Amino acid sequence: MQVQTHVDINSEWGIVAARQAGRKLAREIGFGSVDQARITTAISELARNIYLYANQGQIKIEEVADSGKRGMKIIASDEGPGIKDVRRVMEDGFTTSGGLGAGLPGVKRLMDEFIIDSEMDEGTIITAIKWLR
Amino acid sequence: MKAKAREDVMNHQEQIIDSWLNQIEAFRKEDGLKNVTDSMFDNTSREFVHKLLTTLQQDAVSDEELNQFVERLIQMGWPLNFITRGLQEFRKASVSVVAANSDVPEDKLEFFQEIENWVDDVVNLLVDQYSGSWENTVFLQKMALKELSAPLIPVFDKISVMPLVGTIDTERAKLIMENLLDGVIEHRSQVVLIDITGVPVVDTMVAHHIIQASEAVRLVGATCILVGIRPEIAQTIVNLGIDLGRFPTKSTLKKGVETALEMTKREITDLDEQEGQA
Repeated sequence: MQVQTHVDINSEWGIVAARQAGRKLAREIGFGSVDQARITTAISELARNIYLYANQGQIKIEEVADSGKRGMKIIASDEGPGIKDVRRVMEDGFTTSGGLGAGLPGVKRLMDEFIIDSEMDEGTIITAIKWLR
Repeated sequence: MKAKAREDVMNHQEQIIDSWLNQIEAFRKEDGLKNVTDSMFDNTSREFVHKLLTTLQQDAVSDEELNQFVERLIQMGWPLNFITRGLQEFRKASVSVVAANSDVPEDKLEFFQEIENWVDDVVNLLVDQYSGSWENTVFLQKMALKELSAPLIPVFDKISVMPLVGTIDTERAKLIMENLLDGVIEHRSQVVLIDITGVPVVDTMVAHHIIQASEAVRLVGATCILVGIRPEIAQTIVNLGIDLGRFPTKSTLKKGVETALEMTKREITDLDEQEGQA
């Protein structure tokens, strides 16, 4: 049983759609209200990054299971400019857009697993998982 | 449309209607019109095909009756593809029926072209009408949303409240800032309470906009208090590492109002208690 949802991000409404899809799936999997808020915030953050830096991309959310654990996986992918220095964007307060610079490190703290894969001029894929406790 | 073609359709209208109704019934099964009752669907389909035939007879594409019928379909929420599909099937049905009853190939070709042009005109007209009504709806909703967007409400002398409900996007964030600053000056507020109980997600962008707005309010000489922070939102804000330490926050609007009164050196007391003390 695998639930998978795709949301295309090409406007600010895409962010809202991704968030709502994420909240719905998180509720179905059985996450509590705090974790639901964490997951939706993380999706919102990733979707906004796509909209802000790559203009368009995709958010994929799915249920995952691993050795008896259940969880939810978010895959945010785009074909944007890529991230120049991955280590720096993971520092708190680093921003290129005048924002708070808390987005990516924040997502890492909100979720349990966080993988970032970025190539200059090729795009970025970020995978994050939250396990159900 | 030429009289000849029209006559052809009229002569075989019974057959056309029958074949059309069959086709549209098949369409219904594969599409999302299953929750419409049988009699309702039957009546609507029949009415549709008769309206089409009368329009064709009158040879005026912008027929009032057909327009009114479509208007009604829009209001009842019938899908647009019922109409486009219906017209396609109408073309197919009339072409095959007329072709079966005619022996002259030139006639068939001419008829085919005639019916093609006529159907295209009707489709264009109806799709225009449909999309026009959608655009209108979207526009009205956008305006309604904007009106609800970010009101600043003076609740006491020198104290105002801005309740935020729903998603905050860039455009709304701009409105919040403008209304906040205009309102603070207009109402001579000293304290502004921003209530985020109705904001579903506070991510870094939303937080950033709120911080900027409160910073701007500070510059015009007032204080911002952020109220209505739900427990789960509080946790995500901490996880994200957003620093909201520069301005006071309260869990509920009630506590915020109490603090605001305190800051403007006032309080709400029970009249009974005062009399008792006196």
